[in-house]
Amino acid sequence: MIEVRHLSKRFGNVQVLEDINAVFQKGKVNQIIGKSGSGKSVLAKCIVGLYVPDEGEVLYDGKSFQAMDKAQKSELRQEIGMLFQSSALFDSLTVLENVLFPLRMFATMSELEMRERAHFCLKRVKIEGQDKKFPAQISGGMQKRVGIARAIAMNPKYLFVDEPNSGLDPQTSIVIDELIKEITEEYDTTTVIITHDMNSVMGIADKIFFIHDKRLWWKGTRDELLESDNKELREFIFAGSLMREVRKAMKGI
Amino acid sequence: MSILYHIGRYFMLMAETFSKPERLSIYWRRTVEEMDLLGVKSLGIVALLSFFMGAVITIQTKTNIDSPLIPQYVVGFTVRQSTILEFSPTIISLILAGKVGSTIAAEIGSMRVREQIDALDIMGINSAGYLILPKIIATALINPFLIIISMFLSIFGGWLVGTLSGIISSANYLQGVQYDFNSYIVTYALIKTVVFAVVIATISAYQGYYTTGGTREVGISSTKAVVYSDVVILIMNYLLTQLLLL
Repeated sequence: MIEVRHLSKRFGNVQVLEDINAVFQKGKVNQIIGKSGSGKSVLAKCIVGLYVPDEGEVLYDGKSFQAMDKAQKSELRQEIGMLFQSSALFDSLTVLENVLFPLRMFATMSELEMRERAHFCLKRVKIEGQDKKFPAQISGGMQKRVGIARAIAMNPKYLFVDEPNSGLDPQTSIVIDELIKEITEEYDTTTVIITHDMNSVMGIADKIFFIHDKRLWWKGTRDELLESDNKELREFIFAGSLMREVRKAMKGI
Repeated sequence: MSILYHIGRYFMLMAETFSKPERLSIYWRRTVEEMDLLGVKSLGIVALLSFFMGAVITIQTKTNIDSPLIPQYVVGFTVRQSTILEFSPTIISLILAGKVGSTIAAEIGSMRVREQIDALDIMGINSAGYLILPKIIATALINPFLIIISMFLSIFGGWLVGTLSGIISSANYLQGVQYDFNSYIVTYALIKTVVFAVVIATISAYQGYYTTGGTREVGISSTKAVVYSDVVILIMNYLLTQLLLL
């Protein structure tokens, strides 16, 4: 479980996040939604420690990240897997080497065991026969899957996913979403997804956190989301034509 | 932003870079790869420049001291002294700042804007140490070899062009090259080379590591890496000469 307490962040004079309080449950898909530029990616970077919050703290299973020393932070980070918007695979390494990378840095197993683990992770994300290819030689969807394989290589307790569907076609987006959902349940991870894709939200979210005007504006489940009368939230979720159709259908019911 | 801000941030990055590595064997393997990429692959340009540098020094020295009062071997002596003291360690380092510095800044800068450095940090890896330390060690180890090769090729280039064009005899040239040789000048040149190598690797890495934006900014970082490395090399050249030769 990850708990965010009174978190605020500003860059210079620009306040980006203000007094955010949220709890991300273990074994659940927690999705942070909001408009572009609303600060959801900044929130995720504050949670994983890439940005230092100006106020507040983040607790991983009750332990304050801000209170940890360098060694403790490094240890915790080995339990975090993250899939970046750009996949962030290392260009100079092959698909297999990318997945082997965290294992080679931290795992205490033999090279053979590491390779077995990497192959298992690649198979789990349905990537086979691409071991020797470089990231530039595979599609965007495949890169995302390799990114997930690398993220789960060390059996993470916490999984962060930044805009998993950006740049992907609808079918591949569904495949990636389902994969994240399956992995969350299989590994019992605390999964936090940053997205503005309502299809993804309606497909896999267990808990939704809506960031608006620097604050956590609303939180709830999928069912609560559709029934909410929060004006800003409704404007956001029904901005797309597909969701407008859903609303029409609901009114028809 | 003020220069003091950059100096402070540079030293903080270096403190991070030299902190304890996660796995020494991986760092060593990366160092060997960097020695190949940054050093061995620079050998061609270093050899070409050095050969012609020696050739030009020979011709210019000969044409400028064409007096019966000055012995012929002075040409060889001048080529040796100027090559070892200044041309090989400083000019070749300035050239390497262009080639190696821009490579380092572009590589690290691209990794920054494509979130690959964030990925390293999230994994709990000291990204500064993993990316920068092997480059510093690699350039500090390989550049002295490049400069020694440069010295030989420059003196050889001077001899070949001087004797083939007939402006100096082989015996006179070689007499000059051996005349009043003090091995300390080689030590001085190699100390300079190591310092310049560290300057190139660290300043370029700093520029790359703190790149923000996109591909345009990566280009700007590469340019800054070369310009600032060159400026610092020139300043360090003066300071080291003052310190080691006077």
